[in-house]
Amino acid sequence: MAEHEVTTIDGNEACAYVAYRVNEICGIYPITPSSTMAELADQWSSEGKVNIWGNVPQVVEMQSEAGAAGTVHGALQTGSLTTTFTASQGLMLMIPNMYKIAGELTPAVFHVAARSLAAQGLSIFGDHQDVMAVRSTGFALLSASSVQEAHDMALIAQAAALEARVPFVHFFDGFRTSHEVNKIELLSDEEIRAMVREDLVLAHRARGLNPENPFIRGTAQNPDVYFQGRETVNRFYDACPGIVAKVMDQFAELTGRRYHLFDYFGDPQAERVLIVMGSGADICRETAEFLAERGEKVGVLQVHLYRPFAADAFVAALPATVKAIGVLDRTKEPGATGEPMYLDVVTTLAQAHAGGTSPIAAMPRIIGGRYGLSSKDFTPAMVKAVFDELKKPDPKNGFTVGINDDVTHTSLDYDPTFRVVGKGVVRAMFYGLGADGTVGANKNTIKIIGEDPEFHAQGYFVYDSKKSGSQTISHVRFGPEPIRSSYLIEKADFIGCHQFNFLEKTDVLERAADGATFLLNAPYGPDEVWDHLPRSVQQQIIAKKLPVYVIDAFKVARETGMGTRTNTIMQTCFFAISGVMPREEAIEKIKASIKKTYRLKGDEVVRKNFEAVDHTLAHLHKVEVPVSASSEHELPPVVPDAAPDFVKSVTAMMMAGRGDELPVSAMPIDGTYPSATTKWEKRNISQFVPVWEEDICIQCGNCSFVCPHSVIRSKFYNESLLDGAPEAFKSAPIDARGFPDTRYTLQVYLEDCTGCALCVEVCPAKSKEQSGLKAINMRPKDPVIEAERKNIDFFETLPVNDRGRVDFSTVRGSQFLEPLFEFSGACAGCGETPYLKLLSQLFGDRLTIANATGCSSIYGGNLPTTPWAQNSEGRGPAWANSLFEDNAEFGLGFRLSADKHVEIAQETVLELKEALGSDLVEETLAASQLTEVEIRLQRARVAELMKRLAEIQGEKADRLRSVIDHLVRRSVWIVGGDGWAYDIGSGGVDHVLSTGRNVNILVLDTEVYSNTGGQMSKSTPMGAIAKFAAAGKSVGKKDLALQAISYGNVYVARIAMGANPQQTLLAFREAEAYPGPSLILAYSHCIAHGINMQNGLNQQSLAVHSGYWPLMRYNPGVRESGENPFVLDSQRPRVALKDYAYNELRYRMLTRTNPQTADQLMALAQEQVNRKWEVYEEMATRG
Amino acid sequence: MVDLSTTYMGLPLKHPVVASASPLSESVDGIKRLEDAGAAAIVMFSLFEEQLQHESEAFDHLTTSGTESFAESLTYFPMVEDYHVGPDRYLDLIRRATEACDIPVIASLNGITDRGWTDIARQMQEAGAKGIELNVYYIPADLGMTGREVEDRYVDVLTAVKRSVSVPVAMKLSPFFSAMGDMARRLDTAGADALVLFNRFYQPDFDLEKLEVKSNLNLSASTEMRLPLLWIAVLHGRIRPSLAATTGVHAAEDVVKYLMAGADAVMSTSALLKHGPGFVSTLVDGVTGWMERRGYSGVQQMKGSMSQANVADPTAFERANYIKMLESYKSDYVL
Repeated sequence: MAEHEVTTIDGNEACAYVAYRVNEICGIYPITPSSTMAELADQWSSEGKVNIWGNVPQVVEMQSEAGAAGTVHGALQTGSLTTTFTASQGLMLMIPNMYKIAGELTPAVFHVAARSLAAQGLSIFGDHQDVMAVRSTGFALLSASSVQEAHDMALIAQAAALEARVPFVHFFDGFRTSHEVNKIELLSDEEIRAMVREDLVLAHRARGLNPENPFIRGTAQNPDVYFQGRETVNRFYDACPGIVAKVMDQFAELTGRRYHLFDYFGDPQAERVLIVMGSGADICRETAEFLAERGEKVGVLQVHLYRPFAADAFVAALPATVKAIGVLDRTKEPGATGEPMYLDVVTTLAQAHAGGTSPIAAMPRIIGGRYGLSSKDFTPAMVKAVFDELKKPDPKNGFTVGINDDVTHTSLDYDPTFRVVGKGVVRAMFYGLGADGTVGANKNTIKIIGEDPEFHAQGYFVYDSKKSGSQTISHVRFGPEPIRSSYLIEKADFIGCHQFNFLEKTDVLERAADGATFLLNAPYGPDEVWDHLPRSVQQQIIAKKLPVYVIDAFKVARETGMGTRTNTIMQTCFFAISGVMPREEAIEKIKASIKKTYRLKGDEVVRKNFEAVDHTLAHLHKVEVPVSASSEHELPPVVPDAAPDFVKSVTAMMMAGRGDELPVSAMPIDGTYPSATTKWEKRNISQFVPVWEEDICIQCGNCSFVCPHSVIRSKFYNESLLDGAPEAFKSAPIDARGFPDTRYTLQVYLEDCTGCALCVEVCPAKSKEQSGLKAINMRPKDPVIEAERKNIDFFETLPVNDRGRVDFSTVRGSQFLEPLFEFSGACAGCGETPYLKLLSQLFGDRLTIANATGCSSIYGGNLPTTPWAQNSEGRGPAWANSLFEDNAEFGLGFRLSADKHVEIAQETVLELKEALGSDLVEETLAASQLTEVEIRLQRARVAELMKRLAEIQGEKADRLRSVIDHLVRRSVWIVGGDGWAYDIGSGGVDHVLSTGRNVNILVLDTEVYSNTGGQMSKSTPMGAIAKFAAAGKSVGKKDLALQAISYGNVYVARIAMGANPQQTLLAFREAEAYPGPSLILAYSHCIAHGINMQNGLNQQSLAVHSGYWPLMRYNPGVRESGENPFVLDSQRPRVALKDYAYNELRYRMLTRTNPQTADQLMALAQEQVNRKWEVYEEMATRG
Repeated sequence: MVDLSTTYMGLPLKHPVVASASPLSESVDGIKRLEDAGAAAIVMFSLFEEQLQHESEAFDHLTTSGTESFAESLTYFPMVEDYHVGPDRYLDLIRRATEACDIPVIASLNGITDRGWTDIARQMQEAGAKGIELNVYYIPADLGMTGREVEDRYVDVLTAVKRSVSVPVAMKLSPFFSAMGDMARRLDTAGADALVLFNRFYQPDFDLEKLEVKSNLNLSASTEMRLPLLWIAVLHGRIRPSLAATTGVHAAEDVVKYLMAGADAVMSTSALLKHGPGFVSTLVDGVTGWMERRGYSGVQQMKGSMSQANVADPTAFERANYIKMLESYKSDYVL
């Protein structure tokens, strides 16, 4: 057997490595956590890497997984070796084609990073719900439990599929395996070639459609023959397990890594056995072997081939001594008599016993249960709990483990202190910020350690649910044996805290083992740091006897030009303190790794990182730990006492990273959560915040208008209200006629600020004495925070401005309206959220939103908190997310429902006219509700009706009560990104627009799949690079505006807040007032454009001025008055496209990778801009 | 037939008109067009030290910002293996330009520190550059910095680069030295093969609408040639390095003046940007015609003929000349 190359990679790469080599075509669509596989395939393809036949596989991104499956099916039917990579809802969209592919006995492998399905809530994390949902399609299901297995099973699946003519889903656990970095042995191309039989490849090709040998496939069949036809596949499924077993044997001969359909571990005479597949199997194995060594009669049967389920092999693999079996399913099938694998096991053993073929003397007791949904950590303690349960005379069936089900009492108790300790394993945890590069450095650390032949290494990374200021926790293990502990570190030997302020928010030392080393990045020296630690931290350090090291990494980073990137510095400290390898050797290896990582980024970056490494050790100090805690500083409560009970008891637990402790009873039963909760989460992520200069301010409202996080608020009020204002409270006379004695205040909610500085960029007012000083400027937060907290409290006591008195038609006026979208976790400087905030200000009190999955559904609805808020009257946006692909249709449902309820309300109110007062009823029904003043009047009428209705009893009155609020016009908005509107939901958007119903579609167009990490959409512009368009997109973006205009009765606007806020405001108001369908395309700058987000608005402006993004409105409503519905709101292009585009890395990158193509595409793109402008100008002047 | 040939920084040139650093030399096509138009040599557009640093840092920042923060979007850009930050593109252009052209291609390096220069200069030489022009312009905004320290910086950069390359090295200077003569001599001692007089300094302007400082570059005018003309005339024959003139060349007469002052080469940027590469031949033809009409045998004969060493009144280049001008408004003959 040849010596194997070893490498340290994650599960996705391990799988894609093989899949790419054994296929010719990949039809793909991005979906977490599988996207990386497709991205790698695309990258390799664009680099010209070849498969084992020496050709470069084609990778084609489709508009959805349904599209990908169709393309895959087509390519398979025409004889190509074809694959796809997907997960979760993506796999669901493939189901129709999967039946076809299997029914036609087509060999193919779908590689799945198994993920939860969206039910009561969406989850991107791992379990088996998706793969379990396709078990009836006819696909074989082959499970991998680790990074190595994801590599190996990818090949075994391919080889077996070709021979069996049964398509395979090869799956491994999303995130836990797909994103775990581990050291594996790589298959060589020779080995891969040896496993994939050429004759089977040729046979597959020969079965392809071919006019030289014509036939048809895909007939429609009648009752006479369909049934028989369906049964023809049986013998292939019968043969399939044998083929897989044979292929596994062949694989073992080649590589030395031996697998079986079912692999048994533990005591050969075990009496208690667990059945499990996926990464949980490794944990069960680790635990069973640990317990068996201690004399317990336990074992684990790991399932590799789940479908077709090989009953004989299964029974044979079980120890004949088994008396009790626990089947662990990582899925949930509500209403079933058990989860699927449990039922398989029960059936198999029952049949074996009934048939007399079982080697087990007595039918074992079999219980089934659920574990690990949505990557819920699954630990040896939980495994032991199941083993213990099996000892009981009456073990619980249908159990859960890992949660506290205090409602239906399914959960097993477990001892959280039980641990399986691997010999010589070192465990390290690092708490960092996304922005400081901790995860990247740890990935390098794992590679460095993994390269040592003496060591194995494993890394897993936990991220939080915010896109700005997000915390990361790295779990790194290394040791002399392969590491199978696919669960989070429970007790760490090393804790690195890379941000000092985490000590205030997170129990960083909770998982520190006694005597563990604690490395802290602090702005304090070794002599002073102790006094700055919270009391609980001091106590833990003393109690656990932790040696403490401190470094001011930010100082070193500043001095070496690294900015806020402290990763290299902290990595150097880790190696220096942990003693993994001699210091000199470690530093040499860190530098080699830096060179490899940053080589492409230029010598300067490499040099700075080297300098950071060299400067680190001089700043690293050991702290003298006193014998007792001296700090008076206790940690503040997670949320203030004023928060609602739910926030205090549930939300706060999630915020504190203790959501795992919440019992079932704490959870809402149907996925319903309170809105307006971000305000309780003061994240304080920016050290710099805007500070208002009231004397310079012209009160234009621009800063507040563009603030992505609704941090800047304005109010006007009678000056008498300033009595009792805090000393530092700022105000100015309002700059408007007709408002005597009125003051204006711009209040910054600085604890919620992300520091994006868009407000400063957009501020037009400058000091006459000091041109660099504007009416709003970024300043350090610490000196002002105490005073500003008081100011905010006071500001909140000032009355909310009356919506009836505010001028909705001006930017300034709109900013006196309460934002009902606030403090989201979106990226600092997000280009999308200002539009949503505006939407909430204008119509928030009667707004329903259907939100497509994507960035906006994540910052809008990812637990723990939601930015959708409520106004002072308790009203606010009602928001829901269905799926990615169906959002337009989902929103249309809102409209239909609203219309129906209005109809019921109108009918019923007429029926109760006498009792309610006919004048009031008639007025209410006849009222116009176009302006805010009219809506306020209508609200008053409805309030009066409700008052009168309260006095009336009976069925009609009850019915009216259920719908009466619909008499105030509702505003239905359908919101999503371009991935939805241009690609996966395009058909739905088009159809909903065609219905003529009164819905408003807002497309937050970032021109790329932002949420999944920058994949190309049909909105991606020509010449830009994106994932799946690494060589530059060679076709222009779709003009969705023209497409919608072609209906003639759709209101369409293209807007860019940074270019013309007034036009943005106008478009929102016109769209909402238009009684038919409306479509707004909003330019949304994005981190995926590769820009300094502070320049986002400037880029919007350049996009407009270059003619790339012409501002326009098409208002069919004005046609009746003889006006041209098409209005061009921007001027003729006066900036070259490249002067806009080349400020962005997405365009600029191509000039550095392929300058010729960049030049060509830029020239073509400019031509397109010119042509488009001509068309628009013509439409605008047609009259 | 006049002999236009000259030698500049050790490179034999068919005539003295050289296309100076400008956007025209940003592509092989542009460089080829300049050669076809008759340029005797080409100084490529400048590779800016800050630009390299900036690009490297920007690429690093923009490709990492927002990454490894959120589980669904751990990166935002495709992995690319062939992204070229650093001088690769520039070097590639030199390589292709030197293959495509017969005339010497001189690389231009612009910066203020001595870090990284030597390496890039060597790479430029390896890529085929026949010479290297160092364009050091430095605004000593630090009020504590002395003139000597500023001068040392120039000398240090030159010394470092000279140590690492064997091709000739020219220094392109600003005119703002207290003692240009001494500076020239120090650079001579440090090994300069040519001095290029003068670069056009970055001089900011104000945008009164936005109340911001803006930078833009105006094309030069003929009147701006007075200062280089003066110093070329003063330095000619008194230092070893070649001299190139590089400001305000808009007509053949301007070339002639510079040659008479003592320039070994005359560079043109603004006129070529204004009139196109074809203007090189207009200049060369104009010089030829001018010399023919006046019976000059060649450039050698003309070179330095009006340098300070060779004019009838050497004080004309000094303060005495200024006084004389002021005095001359009065008639010599009328009291």
